[in-house]
Amino acid sequence: MTSRLRWRKFVSGFMLTMTGVCALISVSVLFLILGYLVYHGGISISWNFFTKLPAPVGETGGGMANAIVGSGKMLLLATFIGVPIGFLGAIYLAEFSGATTAFVVRYAADLLNGAPSIVIGIFAYALVVLPFKHFSTLAGGFALGLMMIPITLRSTEEFLRAVPHPLREGAMALGASKWKTIATVIVPAAYRGILTAVLLAFARVAGETAPLLFTALGNSFWSRGWNQPTASLPAMIYTYALAPYDDWHRQAWAAGLVLLVLILVINIVARAILSRGIAVPRS
Amino acid sequence: MGTSFTSVPGAGPLVGGRSFLSRLRQGDEIARLITLMFAISVVLVTLLLVFELWQGSVLPRHKFGFNFFRTSVWDPIFDQFGALPFIYGTVVTAGVALLLAVPLGIGAAIFLAELAPTRVSDTLEFFIDLLAAVPSVIYGLLGVFIVVPVMRSYIQPALKNALGFLPLFQGPAFGVGFLTAGIVLAIMVIPYIISVSREVLLSVPRDQREAALSLGATRWESTWKVVVPFARAGIFGSIFLALARALGETIAVTMVIGNTPAISASLFSPGYSIAAVIANELTEATSNLHYQSLIELGLVLFLLTFILNGLARLLILATAQRGSEMGHV
Repeated sequence: MTSRLRWRKFVSGFMLTMTGVCALISVSVLFLILGYLVYHGGISISWNFFTKLPAPVGETGGGMANAIVGSGKMLLLATFIGVPIGFLGAIYLAEFSGATTAFVVRYAADLLNGAPSIVIGIFAYALVVLPFKHFSTLAGGFALGLMMIPITLRSTEEFLRAVPHPLREGAMALGASKWKTIATVIVPAAYRGILTAVLLAFARVAGETAPLLFTALGNSFWSRGWNQPTASLPAMIYTYALAPYDDWHRQAWAAGLVLLVLILVINIVARAILSRGIAVPRS
Repeated sequence: MGTSFTSVPGAGPLVGGRSFLSRLRQGDEIARLITLMFAISVVLVTLLLVFELWQGSVLPRHKFGFNFFRTSVWDPIFDQFGALPFIYGTVVTAGVALLLAVPLGIGAAIFLAELAPTRVSDTLEFFIDLLAAVPSVIYGLLGVFIVVPVMRSYIQPALKNALGFLPLFQGPAFGVGFLTAGIVLAIMVIPYIISVSREVLLSVPRDQREAALSLGATRWESTWKVVVPFARAGIFGSIFLALARALGETIAVTMVIGNTPAISASLFSPGYSIAAVIANELTEATSNLHYQSLIELGLVLFLLTFILNGLARLLILATAQRGSEMGHV
């Protein structure tokens, strides 16, 4: 072996090892994040966290029950906005649309998807908060719903398109009308994929803070109805982490743990549903 | 890529053959119109978003014109608004983030696509996807309580000792600042670079690698001199995607950048970013001009991310197509 070849082999081995180190570092970040949150959140979390209102400044204890309910309400609203528009829009794109319309709709969805979340916040503020003259659950849910639309739309379309053609042709050949084919054959065949898409979109907006700062604002008490400022878990973490009180920091860690576990579990469940395969025989 | 499905073959002509009335009776026309309504609403919402941003920033555009981006006085009391410190902060933090994230991300992507066995690669990719799903407020939380103290007590003093002669690493170590924000951003964008670059590298046809190896190249030479150049456009696409994300990132940056509108050569100095100033001031804007200046900043962010995302998509698509074309030859 010449020394030149030995050198090249050494470089090859060294660089390939380095890429492995890069991968190891990147993946270990996830476990570092999890570790810190489980450690700091674990010692701070208690039953009170889920059942009590935030304690006034200076008092210890208290919880974030209002933020949990507030997040839940806004996510429910967001789902009611994002999923129908995304799902039905995707059906149009995959089953009815011509090339030009499809291009325009997809382009708009990508634009909306790429917009920084703070810009979505500005939009919801100008569109909902200013006319109604107060911060509300409604505005927060609207902002989150907007963010869900493009994610649901694009992935649902992909999954609808993945349904094999013989299935459509079979239904049509049996005399089914087109909407019946869609409703009874195509959507059921793609339902795992669609469910995954919706779950991932839900998990994505569940952790969003920036669009809520100007829309739901926050609240130290229960927010009744849909028309009052509303606390949410991400916004609480933001406020509490930056506040100068140790007890609030502990609450922020606990809230972080709850939020992260929720999001990771939804992500894992969504992927598990998908990996069981789309319930369609490969053509 | 499912190019053969661009229009639903089979279905179109079948339905198109029947008369409008019969389609209406069967419900097909109704279903089409209803779903069309929802699809169009996506376009309308997006147009409305652009319109609101444009219409909402009329005042500062007329009053300051291009000076808005060139002056650095941001004074709500005297209604003077110059965005230079925020633009500077956004560019510097995103720059630091890319400087750290690009080598690490591409290195990891090479490992996942070229070296790791499929099962290992898929498992690691699963973790990377989970990392991408971690919300930014969690990164901010860890930034405030873990990264900032570590920076203040260990990393910044060490950098000052080793490289203190550079203007980049001078001044007091506050912990918060450009460098810290850049590091947190780097951690946040790495998963995007890895996922997209891995996809792009996997789309490089197998024969490219085999040809290089059969000519006597080592594994690394075939990767670095053949596979990576083949996928270059797509890798740049992943970097643009990461850049767009870094520029628009709000919460994590706001929590660790220090929120001080300053232009300083030192990376240790606290700063401010476009997204952070919007987050902090929008609801407390004192005058209409102040409010609209913040919206103009939002418009700038929107346009920047729009351009970067568009470029990224083009580059990634180009690489994927090149891969599949060569693969079929």
